[in-house]
Order: sequence, then structure tokens, then C-alpha cells
Amino acid sequence: MARALVALTPLDQGSNAAGALRFFLYDAPKVLMLLTLVVFGMSVIRTFFSPERTRALLSGRSEGVGNVLAAVLGVFTPFCSCSAVSLFIGFVGAGVPLGVTFSFLIAAPMINEVALGLLIGLVGWRVAALYAGFGLALAIGAGFVIGKLKLEHWLEPWVRELRVAPADIPPEELTLVDRLQAGRDGVREILGRVWIWMLLGIAAGAFIHGYVPAESMAAIMNRDVWWSTPAAVLAGVPMYSNAAGIIPIVEALIGKGAPPGTVLAFMMSVIALSLPEAIILRKVLSLRLLIVFFGIVTFGILAIGYLFNALF
Amino acid sequence: MKNVKVLGSGCKRCLETGEMIRAEAARLGVEIALEKVTDYAAIAAFGIAATPGVVVDGKVVHAGGLPRPAAIEGWLRA
Repeated sequence: MARALVALTPLDQGSNAAGALRFFLYDAPKVLMLLTLVVFGMSVIRTFFSPERTRALLSGRSEGVGNVLAAVLGVFTPFCSCSAVSLFIGFVGAGVPLGVTFSFLIAAPMINEVALGLLIGLVGWRVAALYAGFGLALAIGAGFVIGKLKLEHWLEPWVRELRVAPADIPPEELTLVDRLQAGRDGVREILGRVWIWMLLGIAAGAFIHGYVPAESMAAIMNRDVWWSTPAAVLAGVPMYSNAAGIIPIVEALIGKGAPPGTVLAFMMSVIALSLPEAIILRKVLSLRLLIVFFGIVTFGILAIGYLFNALF
Repeated sequence: MKNVKVLGSGCKRCLETGEMIRAEAARLGVEIALEKVTDYAAIAAFGIAATPGVVVDGKVVHAGGLPRPAAIEGWLRA
């Protein structure tokens, strides 16, 4: 189909431009359909979870089990990123251990449903499963380490002293129709927000696909060059785009023979290490704790990148 | 007169929640005094974790995400 459409254009069919255009025309509809499906499914699943219920499940949990549970719940609990601070305070104030709270807060952006869905469709379920597995491991591990370091005294004083009694909110009875409606609303909202990034991402991917020679990519992202993974992570930090835009680039990079660990590290860095989030979290974390938090996550991403490159 | 508080840092969803409540109150002809609570410590003191939260006459009725119109009607009629 994409091939036939490109054949209609006056472009030389063997040219870079034709290759790039084919990639774009083939990927754009595919990505849109997948994204709709995944976002719909996830939005419906999320109606069964709420931050308040998650907090009740996690409060007073011991470390270890608590970290695992928190990371898993972090993937499925719906919350808007602007709630991150009130969630943090609400969790810690209600007796959820600091490390467990961090496991939750790391897993939530790290294992992104948009990224997961697109990886399954564009790159393959194996890489998607590894991404989810390593993401969970990172959230659990980082939270566990932060818990063991006993950094409670590095919280801002007013947060440390806060004790809250969870509000007793009557649960909403949702019908199946309500849940499906939530799915539709989720698709409308997320697609409405990411479609432009997605198209830009696919266009960038198409450019890489059509114009960047495989040799130059292999030279930049070379598994034999030790600094290529840290460089990829560093490059990812200011790129606070979103998963929808980054995955088509990931697909094109892997297609060009870039090492998968380096690409994965780049992707995780773009998604999980965001400056705006750091600035918001500074309200409740001391600078030292903030640095430790980002340091541990960065370290985890690097470890995953090297491990991935060693395995594949 | 019902006293309604919207708890949230002032993000888009919190503003939207306030607007939804205002519109629903006007439709039902219920008089309300709408108040925004943006201070994190004050929000936490209400015992909610996720924002936006809604408090009607001192009772927390909602936390996290946009409320559904049917739910808002329920709070305002009660």
C-alpha cells in the first residue's frame, strides 16, 4: 500500500526520498491504529485502580515486597503528572515507606503504555517485554536502594513532619459503559496530545531510514565504544518528548544496526529523566535527595544499556 | 449555599474540575461558594493523594482525575 502510493509520485523509486516516504506512509497509519488500541485498553484497565486505593495497599508495607507491589501498581494506577507532588506527600505522610513511594514514582513514567504498545507493534514483542521487565526491575531496585539508604531526613522538613489520615471517600460504582467511556476519553485525550509528536517522530525515523547511512550510525552508536551508552542517556535528558515520538526513532535506529542496549537506554532516558519533573519534585525533596534519586535512576538506565548490549 | 473546595496545584485538570462544578451548579440552580486550595500542605491535610480533589461542605467526595458530571450532580443535590 505504502509502496503503491510512493510509486505514484515522480520520485526515483530507488532514491533516499522514496525510501523515507515509504517508511512514513507505512508507519503513520500502523502506529496510529496500535496507539488507539493500546491506549483504549490501558484506559479501561486503569478504571479498576485509583491512587487512593494504591496508597491503602502500600501503607505500612515492608520494603522488598512493598517495592515490587509499588512498581507494579505504578504501571496501572492512573494519575496526572501534575499530581506527582501531592501523591508523594500523600503517600509518605500516610506511612508508605520512602523507598516504596519511589518505586511507585519511578515505575509510573518508566513503563509507559504508549511506549509499550508501540514497541510491540514496531520493534517486536521481545524487546517490548524486555523493556517492561527492565523498567520494573529498575523501579524496584532503585526504590529498594533509596529505602536502604534511610534518607528520610533529606526530605523537606515540613514533609517529614506531616502526618495525614487518608480521607474516606465513598467508592464510585462504575458500569461497563462507564469504563468503556473512560477508554474512549483516554484515546481522545492522549492521541490529541501526542499525535503531532508521533508524526514528528515518524518523520525523524523516516529521515534516518532514508538518509542516514548505516555505517555512520554504527560509528556513533557503537557497542565497542564504552561512552556511547552514557552519551545516549545524556542526549535523552533534555529531550522530554514523549514515548509516541521516540519509538519510531528507536525503530529506525535499530533497523540501522544501532546496538539495542544503547537505543533502549536512550529511550528510557527520554521518557524517565525529565527536567520539569525534577523542578516540581524539588518542592518536597531536598536537593541532595533529588540528586540521589536521579543518580540512581541514571545508573540503572546505564546498567540496563550495558547489559542489553552484552546480551544481544 | 454549598461550600465547594477544589484541591489541586492549579493544573489544567484542576481548573477544568472547577469549571465543571460551576457549570453543573448553574444548571441545577444550586448556589455554591467555590474555593481553590493550591497549597500542598493544605491539600495533604484533607487526606487525599491524587489531585484534583473535591470537598463539599467539609467532606472529601472525590480525588484524582476529572469527576463525572453525574457524580457532581449527586454531590450538589445531596
